[in-house]
Amino acid sequence: MGDQAQLLPGTLDLLILRAVSLGPLHGYGVLLRIGQISGNALLIEQGALYPGLFRLVRQGLLKASWGTSENNRRAKFYELTAAGRRRLREETDNWNRLATAIGSALAAQPEEI
Amino acid sequence: MRLLDSLGSLWEKLFHRSPKNAEMEEELRSHIEHRADDLERSGLGRTEAERRARIEFGGYERYRQESHEAAGGQFFETMGQDVRFSLRMLRKSPGFTIVAILTLALAIGANAVVFAVMNALVLRPLRVPHPQSLYAIQRGSDHAINHSYPDYLDLRDRNRSFDGVAAYGLAAVGLNTGNNPTPAWVYEVTGNYFDALDVHPYLGRFFHASDEHGPNSAPYIVLPYAYWQSRFESDRGVVGRVVQLNKHPFTILGVAPPEFRGTLAFLYPDFWVPIVDQEQLEGAYVLDARGNRNILMVLGHLKAGVTPAQAVADLNSVGSYLEKTYPKDDGHMTFSLTRPGLAGDWFGRPLEAFLAALMLLAGLILLAACANLGSLFAARAADRSREVALRLALGASRRRILRGLFTEAILISLAGGAVGVAGSIVLLRWLSAWRPLSSSPLSIPVNPDAKVYLVALLLALASGFLFGAVPVRQVLRTDPYQLVKLGSSIRMGQRMTLRDLLLVVQIAICAVLVTSSMVAVRGLMRSLDSNFGFDPQNAMLLSTALTMGGYSGESVPAMQKRMIDALATIPGVQSVGSVDRPPLHYGANTSTVFREKTTELKPSNAAAEPPTYRISPEYFAAAGTTMLAGRSFTWHDDKNAPRVAVVNRQFASKIFGSASNAIGRYFKTDDGARVQVVGIVEDGKYASLTEDVHPAMFLPLLQSPTSVTTLVVRSRRDPQQLTAAIKSKVQELDRGLPFDTTMWNQELDGALFASRMATWALGVMGVMGAMLAITGIFGMAAYSVSKRLRELGIRIALGAQRKQVLEAALGRAFQLLAFGSAAGLFLGLLATKVLAYIVYQASPRDPWVLSGVVLAMLLLGLLATWIPAQRALSVNPLTLLREE
Repeated sequence: MGDQAQLLPGTLDLLILRAVSLGPLHGYGVLLRIGQISGNALLIEQGALYPGLFRLVRQGLLKASWGTSENNRRAKFYELTAAGRRRLREETDNWNRLATAIGSALAAQPEEI
Repeated sequence: MRLLDSLGSLWEKLFHRSPKNAEMEEELRSHIEHRADDLERSGLGRTEAERRARIEFGGYERYRQESHEAAGGQFFETMGQDVRFSLRMLRKSPGFTIVAILTLALAIGANAVVFAVMNALVLRPLRVPHPQSLYAIQRGSDHAINHSYPDYLDLRDRNRSFDGVAAYGLAAVGLNTGNNPTPAWVYEVTGNYFDALDVHPYLGRFFHASDEHGPNSAPYIVLPYAYWQSRFESDRGVVGRVVQLNKHPFTILGVAPPEFRGTLAFLYPDFWVPIVDQEQLEGAYVLDARGNRNILMVLGHLKAGVTPAQAVADLNSVGSYLEKTYPKDDGHMTFSLTRPGLAGDWFGRPLEAFLAALMLLAGLILLAACANLGSLFAARAADRSREVALRLALGASRRRILRGLFTEAILISLAGGAVGVAGSIVLLRWLSAWRPLSSSPLSIPVNPDAKVYLVALLLALASGFLFGAVPVRQVLRTDPYQLVKLGSSIRMGQRMTLRDLLLVVQIAICAVLVTSSMVAVRGLMRSLDSNFGFDPQNAMLLSTALTMGGYSGESVPAMQKRMIDALATIPGVQSVGSVDRPPLHYGANTSTVFREKTTELKPSNAAAEPPTYRISPEYFAAAGTTMLAGRSFTWHDDKNAPRVAVVNRQFASKIFGSASNAIGRYFKTDDGARVQVVGIVEDGKYASLTEDVHPAMFLPLLQSPTSVTTLVVRSRRDPQQLTAAIKSKVQELDRGLPFDTTMWNQELDGALFASRMATWALGVMGVMGAMLAITGIFGMAAYSVSKRLRELGIRIALGAQRKQVLEAALGRAFQLLAFGSAAGLFLGLLATKVLAYIVYQASPRDPWVLSGVVLAMLLLGLLATWIPAQRALSVNPLTLLREE
């Protein structure tokens, strides 16, 4: 586990939105999906997921409903709302700009200045 | 949505079953189970899998809390904590809490009462359909509300702006529903009254314009709901019943709906009768005389789409027609509109002004109370600065601490508001049930409604935020490290602090209140011992209208003479005289007089418009009015003798140049008759106590008969015995004649009513202001002494004298007191110029008032600093030094 990266603050919400955007998921499913799409490279304490989920529901970006999981257990399923979809797009653009900027800053060579 | 969430979670909190919590836990558990399923699949035993799953999940309790916060519903939870904490803090200092709540209760209560009165009399429209389009028509530049009936008819028929124009007057009649003649107050209304107002019957029917067919043609009565309940016990069979009015049969047609109580806000009629029956009701039919403006009010709904300005223009064109057509009676006819509830601008405007002034004073009281509480809160915050510093040091946010302080302030303000409103409800109920004058149906219907409660609540909240905001800066500036290091004894500089400023403001406000109440009280005192032109002591009034007993024409003066003679035989009665309505009584008659040489008798040429009294020869003796020259009337001054009059000194000097000139000279009345002046009496008060010296005229009863009769019985006998004797004498003469008896000085209550109420109101405000000043100064002085006990102890130990100790401890308080009082006195004197309009002889330059205010503020200061001073003097330096 030692090679997993710490999450930057605020990025968990983005990851949740992205995970849910690929189809409705229950909480544990979100965790698995993030692991899957990030190649298990991120360190997330499992419980930390839930404050994020509730916050996003309160902000109206996710909606939740109870259902039955593939394990035949009761679980709450989350899906994106229209506002959530919009927010995901914006945040993705923001992130890309930030990542590009930081990436090019870090890659700058002395002779380029 | 968020608010709904919050409310939902509050609901759940309150009922301790928290489905949301349960749901959350279920979700978290479901996560752990799913994880355990996965782990089980990878080969672990179920128990071990679940254990591992729980570990991987992390701090279960922490995430549950965080999730809960993230899900919202925080606001009420925090507030609940704040409220609990504040209640605990307030319970710890019950003295502070009680003083604060009571201070605010007084202030909010005063505001609620004044607002309720204003709401009932000024703000609340009459309860008729579409009250916003209902206007009364006023005449001339002095906004007279009375009109003559012929003028009314022209206004009604010639205007193009009103949907219907009705008119009414007031009259006292004798009602007999069996064998019980009692006086009752009625509105005499035009036939279209109910139709023009768009009011519909609760029971039976109303009369209409089509019911009027000339004098005495419509013997009908409509009852108000309340009178139907009280006098007829809500008997539905009352419709169609015949009762006796002044011994004439009248049929009860119907009952008005409960909300409709006539068209005056302060005078509800006992019932409505058609004005065409005026002769039966008042004994004479004077509706045909265009110069006789005895219609109290003309009113109606504006047509849809017509603005008041358009209506006034329309009415003025009718007015110029009247001026041209009837130059003898209608002088300058211009019109304006007003709201009908307060009987026109001449009465309504001063009342509104007074209520507005009272509201302002009440507002000042609230402001003073807020300043008071603000400094208490600031002192409290200073005392708690250590606690605040500690909480800050432990990581509490300033916002959270302020929120706590505000919660405390709001709790106090709500409690104070509740107590204040409860008190004001009691007072208002009592006011509403009160009939201030026995001689008239005047009432003050001020039952509080939702608007009053809302205003009280808003005021409470606003003042809570206001005084809660005072310590904010203090808290924001608190530096936890400084305070924790130094302890509590941080010295503020000697400069003016916010608290000092608040105290000065508060004292100034209180001084304004004390000044205005002193001015008012002094004015009332003076008006009570000013010269009325008659002596109300030891005189009883018997008032009746002989028409109520069925008298008319020649039988009226005969009966008056018989009554005078009969009452004069009662042992102990010195003299008995008769007058139509005594001076200072509501509804005096005025007449227009002209100089002898005037030939064109139109209103613009009039020499004077004196109040006119129709009296019997013995009236001046009975009333205690001094004759200055000439003679009084005799019973020979009758229809066959030349017309004569007695005038007052002002009349004589205004029309004849001087009093000595006037005897034997002539003037003319508006019917052209020459009248000789035979006597001159002293000046007096006629319409109000605040009036300037005014001409007045007395005419002999036999030359200008009237059925309205007030007998003045002068006697030193015990009033109750006298009343009984008078009753039996009158009943010997006529069993069916209803009448009232009162002592004359009680009757005067009516004339003094306005200034007495004003004085009471201002007096109460003054006392409240004084109380606030005491608590404010006391709080400040007590606080500064307690803060400086150590310093004072050291001073005493070093040999300071009592005087020096007191100076050190309280000098500041007295400086502020003097400063505030001076400012307040100055403002108060400015304010009393306004008062002078209402309160008789309220002169702000009265030396008694000036010295009274200074003395009062000084006494208040001494009273308030007494206990703190004692405490400062009794400091024992040894104990003090040992303690710290």
